[in-house]
Amino acid sequence: MTDLPKLSITSARVALQKKTFSARELTKASLDAIKEKDPDIHAFLEVFDDALEQADEADRKIREGEDLPLLGIPMAIKDNMLMAGKRVTAGSKILEGFVAPYDSTVIKKLKDAGAVILGRTNMDEFAMGSSTENSAYSVTKNPHDLSRVPGGSSGGSAAAVAADFALAALGSDTGGSIRQPAAFCGVVGLKPTYGRVSRSGLIALASSFDQIGPFTKTVGDAEILYEVLEGQDSLDSTTISRETYPSRRKFSKVIGVPRVFVGSEGIDDSVKHNFRASVEKFKSLGYEVRDIELPHIKYSLATYYIIMPAEASSNLARFDGVKYGLHRSGSDVIEDYLKTRGEGFGKEARRRIVLGTYVLSSGYYDEYYGSALKMKKLITREFDEMFGEIDLILTPTTPTPAFKFGEKTADPLSMYLADIFTVPANIAGLPSISIPSGLAHLPAQAGTLPLGILLTAGLGREDNLFAAGKEFLGA
Amino acid sequence: MDKEEVLNLAKLARVELKDGEAESLSCEFDSILNYVGEVKKVGKLDKLNKEESTIRNVMRKDGKPHEPGLYTQKILAQAPVREGDYIKVKKIL
Repeated sequence: MTDLPKLSITSARVALQKKTFSARELTKASLDAIKEKDPDIHAFLEVFDDALEQADEADRKIREGEDLPLLGIPMAIKDNMLMAGKRVTAGSKILEGFVAPYDSTVIKKLKDAGAVILGRTNMDEFAMGSSTENSAYSVTKNPHDLSRVPGGSSGGSAAAVAADFALAALGSDTGGSIRQPAAFCGVVGLKPTYGRVSRSGLIALASSFDQIGPFTKTVGDAEILYEVLEGQDSLDSTTISRETYPSRRKFSKVIGVPRVFVGSEGIDDSVKHNFRASVEKFKSLGYEVRDIELPHIKYSLATYYIIMPAEASSNLARFDGVKYGLHRSGSDVIEDYLKTRGEGFGKEARRRIVLGTYVLSSGYYDEYYGSALKMKKLITREFDEMFGEIDLILTPTTPTPAFKFGEKTADPLSMYLADIFTVPANIAGLPSISIPSGLAHLPAQAGTLPLGILLTAGLGREDNLFAAGKEFLGA
Repeated sequence: MDKEEVLNLAKLARVELKDGEAESLSCEFDSILNYVGEVKKVGKLDKLNKEESTIRNVMRKDGKPHEPGLYTQKILAQAPVREGDYIKVKKIL
């Protein structure tokens, strides 16, 4: 039967080929689950009305003997990936009503692989946030505890997989926006090496960091999706080939723990405890775990919060009320811009645009942006040298389990610190995966919340992430 | 950063701020800039050249344009204000 909580991509594909159930039955089960439970969770901004038609098409292909990696698999996509003929908003009012004129490369790849795309999921506006509270449309709740955030910015995609609405989902990760919500929702989240997955048709936040990746229930499923999504694309000049980063080391089960960094202030006791247990588990699996020093990794977040707003302010300059999206009329063309952008962008987007304008302004450019670019280089070099000696770096994914709504909205800096462990991989372009690692027990029998550990590998070494991740989860 | 500076930056970035927003942004920016400013203090950076960054431009030759007008209607369909096959804007000068 189509028991969604028990199904993975791998097991569902076997059942579909064996005709244990049809793609229509599987998609119907997803749609029923969404109808029943999503009014409480709000993972989806829109469920596409042609999902069953897509499933019928998959059934036809199965009958004709086709065997594609995602044939008949119900998936969700973050609302910042263009799908021809469908609305897409990036969680922003400035794109309300916008209909995508073409398919993003990742959507084309999902379609070619036979996936059934159920709908688009909620997100922080323009992927700016760590809780999905910055969406202009709705608040997504953590399926494990409805009083808490699902993480962000890809909170809707993480919640859709955790709530068993979809077998997998796509997100985008600029500073942790796949891995942090994956940890908060107890699912697997992968950010591939910078350049491995095309961003053509992804609404950009910070172009030197953005990467698309999957949310799944198992590491094996993440690998399947990675294989579908990756590849050089003439429509995205930043994509790389498999040969770009020749592998320097044979995988030999050596994990480095940046001990000082992991001991940073503000790490919850439940996270520390779980991390120690995870280290022990790796040791029992035959891994050598070493303490390592990356002296400048602690500057990653500061570096990120200079470069990211700088790039965001440039990328968001295209939303001018002229070519597409919201338009508000003023007395002249400048006032058109001011009103359109003032009303169309939410508070966090306005904050980052102004901050980005500041760090790029003459007089501050070298001091902030110039220094940040140099620091990025220094951090990248440190990682690169380290991956000559070890295979993987292990940290917790997040400093705390999922927090409550409103807990961090008053102080933007406290929200930014939620990304402390995930940001370094974006700074250095490294592949990085969050894997469920157990539960945090809340005080006074208030229940449990998922926790995640973060594995990061050298450039182009997703294979190491999959190998260690599978062993850790025992699958 | 004072309120006037925030208002000037917002104007340059073509974003109208809400009432009172410049005040709250000026406080938040002080705290954010204080945090990110740590980056400037690292002495080792002086020895690095930002131009030899890991990022470089990838260029390609122009060529193989599509048939003129192939996407015109699709693109114009999204324009908030149009006149015929043109996007309409207020006068610039």
